[in-house]
Amino acid sequence: MPTDATPPTWVLAFWIVAGVVGLVVAGLAAFAALRLVGRTKFGRTVLLAARSLWLHKLRASLSVLGIVIGTSAVIALMAFGKGSMQDALNDIKRQGATNIIVRSVKPTDDSATSGRSMVATYGVKFADLERFATFNDSLVRMVPMRVFPSEVRYLERLDSKGRLVATVPDYQTVNQITLASGRFLTDEDEHNMTNNCVLGSATADRLFPYEEPMGRTVLIRNHRFFIVGVANDRMPTGGSGGSQAAEDFNHDVYIPFSTCRVRVGETVFIRTSGSRSGEKVQVSQVTLTVDADFDTREGRMKVKAVGDSIKDIMKEDHKADDWAVTVPLDRLEEAERAEERFTSLLVLIASISLVVGGIGIMNIMLATVTERTREIGIRRALGAKRKDIVTQFLVEAVVQTTVGGLTGVLFGVGMVFGAPLAYRTFAGGNLPAVLDYRSIILSLAVSVVVGVVFGLYPAWRAARLDPIEALRHT
Amino acid sequence: MPIVQVRDLVKDYHMGDVTVNVLRGLNLGFDEGDFVALMGPSGSGKSTLMNILGCLDRPTSGQYYLRGQDVSRMSDDALSEVRCTYLGFIFQAYNLLPQYTVVENIELPLVYQGITLDGTTTARCVALAEMVGLGDRLDHRPLQLSGGQQQRVAIARSLVNDPQLVLADEPTGNLDSRTSDEIMVMLSNLNKTGKTIIMVTHENDIAAWARRVVRLRDGRVESDERNDTKTILTPAG
Repeated sequence: MPTDATPPTWVLAFWIVAGVVGLVVAGLAAFAALRLVGRTKFGRTVLLAARSLWLHKLRASLSVLGIVIGTSAVIALMAFGKGSMQDALNDIKRQGATNIIVRSVKPTDDSATSGRSMVATYGVKFADLERFATFNDSLVRMVPMRVFPSEVRYLERLDSKGRLVATVPDYQTVNQITLASGRFLTDEDEHNMTNNCVLGSATADRLFPYEEPMGRTVLIRNHRFFIVGVANDRMPTGGSGGSQAAEDFNHDVYIPFSTCRVRVGETVFIRTSGSRSGEKVQVSQVTLTVDADFDTREGRMKVKAVGDSIKDIMKEDHKADDWAVTVPLDRLEEAERAEERFTSLLVLIASISLVVGGIGIMNIMLATVTERTREIGIRRALGAKRKDIVTQFLVEAVVQTTVGGLTGVLFGVGMVFGAPLAYRTFAGGNLPAVLDYRSIILSLAVSVVVGVVFGLYPAWRAARLDPIEALRHT
Repeated sequence: MPIVQVRDLVKDYHMGDVTVNVLRGLNLGFDEGDFVALMGPSGSGKSTLMNILGCLDRPTSGQYYLRGQDVSRMSDDALSEVRCTYLGFIFQAYNLLPQYTVVENIELPLVYQGITLDGTTTARCVALAEMVGLGDRLDHRPLQLSGGQQQRVAIARSLVNDPQLVLADEPTGNLDSRTSDEIMVMLSNLNKTGKTIIMVTHENDIAAWARRVVRLRDGRVESDERNDTKTILTPAG
């Protein structure tokens, strides 16, 4: 179950208080540090730059607006991107990121259907399972299942949406089934081919609206099954990922795989709205869990290698196209690639806004240089070298963009924490946002670079002025 | 060895196709400890000469020896170095930085000398401010001061690097006669302590404070006289 649901209020309050305290402490530290470095030439340059900007507060703040918006947009958008990525990731993890799913697929043409009986023979065979077992060393478990729609009856009550799932005890681990009561299937059930079953929550509700289902017997395909457990509600899988259809698991009835093999057999007739069709399938689906850590490159390679071998085996054994192999890791990587594309798009948008912001800075710096021509003349007369003038105006530009960047980071972080909160409060939905600390560092670094790049030309213009001309300037 | 020596100093300005010969071969030498007034009508070349003497400009031809060193062909950076090490500037328009306090204005030349500002430099600036009578206005900004007070800050600033040569470009041009006298007393006292001062002026009674008066006309020296007969006066009541 997702643990990243709404954090308690006190956690939020703690972070807000911590943030404020942190800002105050950082401010004091910065102030003290400035007092110290104020005596050095560079520190003094920075201080004086800040002071001359302070003379034109409104102008300076308007000119860095572009930078503020740019950096806050980068941080907020990256956080929302990462948040939705993590959402998708959790979805995939629910499916099992190291799983390989082999399913039987009814071929689209009629080649599998024998002419007279209308029974389609296709799918994964027991022989395939035996061949998969050669990978046992790399596998944590292998969960085969046989699934088909089947009515489930108790006395006069009927669940027509029922689905029979014949499987092994490990199914519970793979699909993270929790039980409302009783137990799941066990190895004894499998070994002894017992007629025990576990009901899905919806089926249990339908058949036993008043009674306790535990210990009662349901009728499935003319066989009696003893109820040993009832499962909790299970979240349906999203219908994403192409071949992976949306499934509702709450009408499932779980019986031992071996029991199904002997009691039901391979051939199953399914009645759907009056028409009858038959299928002869040995195994509907096998879920293989690879023993690997999907967070590491090696682990991923291993999952892929096993997946490829499985595909090779299937290709060898099956002439018809009656199977499909799904590797959720592929979806994971697809999602990661999508996120990468998304991120680079963001970086593009952000760099556009930062360039626009930079042009704003350049514009204002050019105006400043013209306005302060006389000051430049005075400084040059008093012995300032060209590089001193360059430094002065460059530092002024960088101080501006850095302050703008810091403000943007504050706004961006505020948005990352504020927007999901507001969304939950007013729209009631969930807006996943995960703050990426790299985005803070990145956008701050970029603001500094923008200051340097766009401050360079005005600073050079200032330094190039003839001191005599500049002194004469009024 | 005079502290300032110019030889065949020529400065031409090119304005489109027209070449203006501002200085036409000046030969002058100023001794250490002298107090020189440069005079002349506008267009005589006295401002251009001041700019060259102040290492803000380079001559078209000829040599300028400052302390025996030819600075007429030095690079821009080297000239900056010379300005903040050996020269002090006093301007007609005071030219203080409006956003800086009195003390910060005074210490500005030290910054460009690459001196780290500390208690010693601050004490030096404060002492200079007190010397020019502004000990009680250390944290004032130029706009809060009168013209005379601003010019006194400028004098303090011109002295902070202990220059060999102080260049004053019409230091009393924007001041009334009473304040002018105060400033001139200050300059002549400075000269008495041994500082070499070159001052541009076009007022005879200001030039009278100097020991030597050089008059220029059309880029040449018209006259060069010593004010020997005239004693250096305290301001007449």
